[in-house]
Amino acid sequence: MSAAVASFAGETFDCRVAFAGELIELARADDRIVAVCNDSVGSSNLGAFQKEFPDRLINVGIAEQDMVGVGAGLALSGYIPFVCGASPFLTGRALEQIKADVAYSHAPVILCGMSPGMAYGELGPTHHSIEDLSWLRAIAGLDIVVPADPAETRAAVRWAAGASRPVFLRVGRFKVPAVTDGFTFGAAARLRDGSDVTVVATGTMVSRALAAAELAAGDGVSVRVLNMSTIAPLDEDAIRAAVRETGAIVTAEEATTTGGLGAAVAAVVVAGPRPVPMRMLGVHREFAPTGDTAFLLEHFGLTAGDIRAAAVELSRG
Amino acid sequence: MLVADPATAAAWRRFREEFAAAGPDERRELLRARANRSRSTDLAMIGRAGLGHVGGDLSVLDILTTLFFAVLRVDPEQPEWPDRDRFVLSKGHTAGALYTTLAAAGFFAEDELRTFAGPHSALNGHPNRTKVPGVETNTGPLGHGLPVAVGMAVAGRLASSDRHVYVVLGDGELQEGSNWEAAMTAGHRRLSNLTAVVDRNRLQQGARTEDTAALDPLGDKWRAFGWDVVELDGHDHLALLGAFTAPRGDRPVCVIANTIKGRGVSFMEDRVEWHHKVPSAEQITAATAELAR
Repeated sequence: MSAAVASFAGETFDCRVAFAGELIELARADDRIVAVCNDSVGSSNLGAFQKEFPDRLINVGIAEQDMVGVGAGLALSGYIPFVCGASPFLTGRALEQIKADVAYSHAPVILCGMSPGMAYGELGPTHHSIEDLSWLRAIAGLDIVVPADPAETRAAVRWAAGASRPVFLRVGRFKVPAVTDGFTFGAAARLRDGSDVTVVATGTMVSRALAAAELAAGDGVSVRVLNMSTIAPLDEDAIRAAVRETGAIVTAEEATTTGGLGAAVAAVVVAGPRPVPMRMLGVHREFAPTGDTAFLLEHFGLTAGDIRAAAVELSRG
Repeated sequence: MLVADPATAAAWRRFREEFAAAGPDERRELLRARANRSRSTDLAMIGRAGLGHVGGDLSVLDILTTLFFAVLRVDPEQPEWPDRDRFVLSKGHTAGALYTTLAAAGFFAEDELRTFAGPHSALNGHPNRTKVPGVETNTGPLGHGLPVAVGMAVAGRLASSDRHVYVVLGDGELQEGSNWEAAMTAGHRRLSNLTAVVDRNRLQQGARTEDTAALDPLGDKWRAFGWDVVELDGHDHLALLGAFTAPRGDRPVCVIANTIKGRGVSFMEDRVEWHHKVPSAEQITAATAELAR
């Protein structure tokens, strides 16, 4: 844990690089692995994959509905397709294909939402993907995984390739420090223990939650940090334990709080047996103003300082 | 998941053998009679359930019968056989036509048709591959079948398999843009292992296609997207068979099958209200008598 926090000030990583590296390694060992994309060879970081496996990179052009359908057809024919596109377009434009062709049809497609959240900062709300978690959580049978750093991204890619079921993988572009040592599907990782309040974070917010916990310790508040990298199915036991043992919950996500991680956690918290105070950090049904990602995370109260403030306030009732 | 009916599957195999050995007139009669039996079964099923898409079922049944009883390389007793031909019904609302055809081929017992649309039936109003053998992907929302079929054709190529992918599309459905994304992909990749059949009955739910959002010149559209196009009478079984078995070029093929919605039942033919109207018992009796001729 101390290593994780120490690295916060150090090197940061674009998770797409880890994603692409792992995908190539898997593809070398298993010729069922293919990539499908929507003119996003560059933005999905698939250039090296294309070079090594030109026949196994199916670029359908700027056509997300087709892309997801083609992925489903490949999956139903025994291939393991990683369907890659910028998350706003993959999930927004092809939502019905994700529901009907992938989830409802039990087609084991790995949907890779690249550059999610507000990674495309200045490009604006059309290119932000803060709704993806909310939309996809409503779809039965679709696992949702949000890795927090390169190691977790690599492990999640490897897990997804063998999962044999529909998966949405949210692959970050905004650079993050290394904070995990891998991925366990369906299990929240307790990256730091604490007794006064729990921060449940996902994706880009995990390293910030760890930094917030360090800051809160200076205020005399003991913060537990859960890396909730599997959003669906949710690790409800970890949440119930946090409720029982720490008595207050903060959630942090680079996404809308309407239906995302916060809403998922809240549903467990209010179900009891003893509801506790809770605060949801994220975007509250707003389109972002102009600005780069770091600015927008600050604008929406998603810095380590903001998480610390919420945790300290809740812990003091 | 429903399971195969071995006796019916054996009868289906005998039909295929008899068909292969038959001359043209006999072949035409074999498929005509088989399709009309499916029409009667479908009408009875819809009457029992009190719902269904009768008009489109009747227009597509000659296409489905020709495919399943004379063309598709499938095995009802091994529905997951990896090198089988793939069949996708994109116009999923005509699930009734597919169910009656699959049951007639022995993919599952014909008795199951009695459960159509009932509580917990495997036979939902739109087909579900996790419950019904012979269904390759879940359809219902329009514009979904062709992209999935394109993915299956790409998979066939990657696997160096000679299996073929057939997808049946409604004509009204072609108003969905996703079809044209997929048509572009198939044309660009020269997927000659893919055949799309358009059930061109010229009626959509509310009106004629040409009065709603015109599709013509439909053949030119497909040709412009890089497909070879065959236009034919979609109730002429031998014409369909000829198109499905003709030597292939290096492009995907679109068969524009000109059909009549409600085909085979005089009072339903080409009438928009029979998109999903349910026939009365008397109407079913009259229709069945017509189809038995």
